[in-house]
Amino acid sequence: MYLLLLPDSGAASVPDRPVARNPTVVAGVWRSLRRTSAIVTKEIQQLFRERMTLGMILGLPLLQIVLFGYAINIDVRHAPSGLVDHANTSMSRQLASALEATQVVDFVRRSGNVSELLDEMRSGAIRTVLYIPPDFERRLSDAGRPVAQLMVDASDPSRITATERIAQYLPSVRGEAGQFQMTLAIRNYYNPERRSSVQIVPALVGVILNFTMIVFTSVAVVRERERGNLEFLITTPVRNHELMLGKIAPYILIGLAQVTIVYFAGSWLFRVPTAGSLLDLYLASLVFVAATLGIGLSISTFARTQFQAIQGAIMFMLPMLLLSGFMFPFEGMPKVVQWIAYLFPLTHFVEVARGIILRGATLGDMAFRMYAISGLFLVAMLVPVLRFSKRLD
Amino acid sequence: MNGNDYAISCCGLTRRFGAVTAVDDLNLDVPRGRIFGFLGPNGSGKSTTMRLLCGLLAPSAGHATVLGCRVPEEAEKLRLRMGYMTQKFSLYQDLTVIENLRFVARAFSLGQRRMKERIAANSALYQLESLHSRLAGTLSGGQRQRLALAAVTLHEPQLLLLDEPTSAVDPQSRRDFWDRLFELAEQGATILVSTHFMDEAERCHRLTFLDRGAMVREGAPRDLMNRLEALTVEIDTEAPRRTRALLGTQDWVRAVTQLGNRLRVMLMPDMEEPAEKVRELLGEADLQAVVRRTPATLEDVFVAATGFGGSQRA
Repeated sequence: MYLLLLPDSGAASVPDRPVARNPTVVAGVWRSLRRTSAIVTKEIQQLFRERMTLGMILGLPLLQIVLFGYAINIDVRHAPSGLVDHANTSMSRQLASALEATQVVDFVRRSGNVSELLDEMRSGAIRTVLYIPPDFERRLSDAGRPVAQLMVDASDPSRITATERIAQYLPSVRGEAGQFQMTLAIRNYYNPERRSSVQIVPALVGVILNFTMIVFTSVAVVRERERGNLEFLITTPVRNHELMLGKIAPYILIGLAQVTIVYFAGSWLFRVPTAGSLLDLYLASLVFVAATLGIGLSISTFARTQFQAIQGAIMFMLPMLLLSGFMFPFEGMPKVVQWIAYLFPLTHFVEVARGIILRGATLGDMAFRMYAISGLFLVAMLVPVLRFSKRLD
Repeated sequence: MNGNDYAISCCGLTRRFGAVTAVDDLNLDVPRGRIFGFLGPNGSGKSTTMRLLCGLLAPSAGHATVLGCRVPEEAEKLRLRMGYMTQKFSLYQDLTVIENLRFVARAFSLGQRRMKERIAANSALYQLESLHSRLAGTLSGGQRQRLALAAVTLHEPQLLLLDEPTSAVDPQSRRDFWDRLFELAEQGATILVSTHFMDEAERCHRLTFLDRGAMVREGAPRDLMNRLEALTVEIDTEAPRRTRALLGTQDWVRAVTQLGNRLRVMLMPDMEEPAEKVRELLGEADLQAVVRRTPATLEDVFVAATGFGGSQRA
């Protein structure tokens, strides 16, 4: 990768000292590496000097995985619910407790009045109301007639799915009453318990990296400008590609450290089994981290101030996050939006991470995704290398 | 104009920023191994000229050759052979002194051994050893400046461009700094230095006065003072303000500068007995004063060069 981006470093020869004129590629590469090491060392030293930043780099992902892992939970659990049981028979109580046994609803309000509970639902105090009519027993023996009504606050779409799912428990109650009705058998691959944390943790590795990596490098170049270091830096023989590679190299290590934190904390906290190879996961992460760092650097060469850089980073991150397939199913997006989403490394990485961790896929299985991320990395690095000017005008 | 005789030569060098012409048709030949001074009020184009010569800015017109390289086209080739010290401290304030020095050494691709030697040598020369572990941001003005000069000379450049290097430095540090510059020049380096200070200007081998982007005087300090197109007298008086007001009305007085109870007066160069004429004038006005002829200073040259504007912009 390094040699690839190193067109002509032998140009730095010193004509005044013929002995030092060593046009061999080795000497040129050595000098180039030396210059790159100047940037790498400096970046690491600056990073360690800013304890706050360092703490954020390592602490933030941990905080995020815990927070997101628990909070971004598309499972509906223990939704506070109301119960109106006008039948009040052993069978009706059995129905209510069967629903509660699913853990989706908790009947925290009991009332004789439906409209009173609907008012509470409007205020958000409860999310669903189960109404069992007085003729519940008679309905049980009347095939095809709904025995009871579940009223759902559908303002959050995930609740619809959840309640549709528990509605399937109704027939089993009726089954005990001797009735038979066909139900749809649902079988879930990869997440048989349908725990959303299993879907979220792999993608979260990408989302958290995407967030921190872009923010950190988006200020990398503009910070030199704001602190007045740029005017000196551009009078040194450090070339553009050396500067850019030197700036991302330390963050690649930090990115991999973050992968480790997020992955292991996530797997352990949310009991996510890993089907694929860890090496594959790290290799994929490496390329992905480099690509996101490149995007950050690109932003940095456009921004005039650190404030602008952060704004730019946020502007980029939001669509990346929303279109990645992490928040909403990728398949549901219009084609045009999907094409846009393909331009973001995160979209591909979410797929790769899920593939490796959940489906046990190898990098070879997802070659297209890996090529896409690698290609995006090259483009993302080319932008700052070509855009950064060692001039002030 | 030959790139081998001169460290820097530029011809018709011009740089415009929108409607403002920062550097206007500058012709300059800086001989090798000399300390060459740039003088001029703020905004006269000193910094812009240095940036043009470093290849940090492209000229709007004209061209410049530095150490035989055309700038800005061949600026990258030039980097290893020249050093540029910016007006503001531009090393990393959140790195220590030694970290900054190592950074610069690596950036100029000095090998491990040479890096050690050069840092040791320059640390001794610029008294930085005891400061190695200090953060650059906590250094005093003089210490920073020593660090900056140590850093910019690590790779032993043949040409140094120093943009107002002593503006934030106490007088003793300034003297030490200039001693270092003379040592560097003796070792063969060419130094282009801009300054506000006349005592510093006087120490340069050659001087260029810039005003509003154009070169207005050029030569050795002694020659410039001898060639001054004005006569100078000094007046000691108890009533400097009244005296000054009176002199200001005379068409043979070119400029008056007050220095405490003294007045420094520049008169038309073709006068026969300047001190006598001033005495006469003051005597008629009943002003007690001691008037004497004095040799010209660079300050006078500066005032003359910037058009006798009555300004004390230096």
